Amino acid sequence: MALTVDEVLAGIKEIVVEVAGIDANIIAMDKKFTDDLDVDSLSMVEVVVAAEEKFGVKIPDEEVTKMATVGDAVNFIVANGK
Amino acid sequence: MSLKFAQDVTNARILSVSAYRPPRVVSNSEIIQRIDSTDEWIQQRTGIQTRHFADADESLIDMAEKSALIAIERAGMTAQDIDAVIFATISYPYQAPSAATELLVRLGNVKAAAFDISAACAGFCYGVALANDLVRNKTAKNVLVMGAEKLSDFTDPEDRATAFIFADGAGAVVIGPSEDIGIGPTVWGASAETREAIVLEPSFLEFKKNPGNADIGWPNIIQQGQTVFRWAVYEIAPIALRALEAAGLTPETLEVFIPHQANDRIIESLVKSMKLPESVVVAHDIRTSGNTSSASIPLAMDALLAEKPELHGKSALLVGFGAGLVYAGQVVELPSRPVQKSN
Repeated sequence: MALTVDEVLAGIKEIVVEVAGIDANIIAMDKKFTDDLDVDSLSMVEVVVAAEEKFGVKIPDEEVTKMATVGDAVNFIVANGK
Repeated sequence: MSLKFAQDVTNARILSVSAYRPPRVVSNSEIIQRIDSTDEWIQQRTGIQTRHFADADESLIDMAEKSALIAIERAGMTAQDIDAVIFATISYPYQAPSAATELLVRLGNVKAAAFDISAACAGFCYGVALANDLVRNKTAKNVLVMGAEKLSDFTDPEDRATAFIFADGAGAVVIGPSEDIGIGPTVWGASAETREAIVLEPSFLEFKKNPGNADIGWPNIIQQGQTVFRWAVYEIAPIALRALEAAGLTPETLEVFIPHQANDRIIESLVKSMKLPESVVVAHDIRTSGNTSSASIPLAMDALLAEKPELHGKSALLVGFGAGLVYAGQVVELPSRPVQKSN
């Protein structure tokens, strides 16, 4: 069954809380990883690898650089997930 | 036809370790005079507070010589006792002859076998693997493994991706015969499909063909930081665990972890991925030495033993990884306390 936006967002929230140690309530689709959530480029790698494992999707490096917001990541995973 | 070769093997161990750091300490505030960055940003991304740069008139071999003499003395030997030198470096400014033979001349022992290896930040662990096999098979008795770099010569001080990472230093070990097994099996290999992730460019030939073209300047290290970070953390942790298992240890029985000092964030992530318990002492020499590529593991080993002398003789997992991309890991018994000179 295909992943839904809500499922992926919930999963991404868990991961970002774990990696960046921030409050889950401030994580939303329009939040920017770097500016709003204190996820720097190296923490972003940790988020991506955790998301790959959780959702069974491959996220290439060139896609990671395009993921400015939580929504960018969620939409990529929904579009490319199984 | 039947050829002769000794059938029995000799165990090997690290007999001594040494470090040489050039005297000039370079702060982040000096680095950021040439790049758009801050002390806080550098520390947050890499853990580096200070590093050492050699002056223009202090060569790679000057540093290597100082380190080698300390290692040989601590092993209770003279330079004449060394019968092979393995020199790991990517920053010797000559293609030939080798850095290892220049070091032999400095040591006043010009007869030993000597060669360089190019395995970047994995170079020291590659050297330990080779030295172990040379001693085990009695091809050599006492091998000096040198990891030395003058990366300040090959780093663009205006590249905000690398200027704060790389540094200078020389570290060495003497590996020789031992009653017990002092060096475990080496787990090594490459991820050569990602060889563009860390490069020294342009080639000398491109530099020669384009005199006066400012765009094709001196070869400097160019690194894709996120790609390397991802590889280092998620590919190297299982390799390090395999090296541990090959030596018959587990994270719970390991005593010391000395990974290549690439970036403190990589070290922290490795510790997390490998689930190392808090009882394992982890080297963080990166904070005051920067990333010295092939020199980083012996520098970190020497610093740990100076800070915690009780670690002499303990088990340590070494893992090197870097440009190639290449990796090597092995468990070693840290050297015993240095032989005291009887004056």
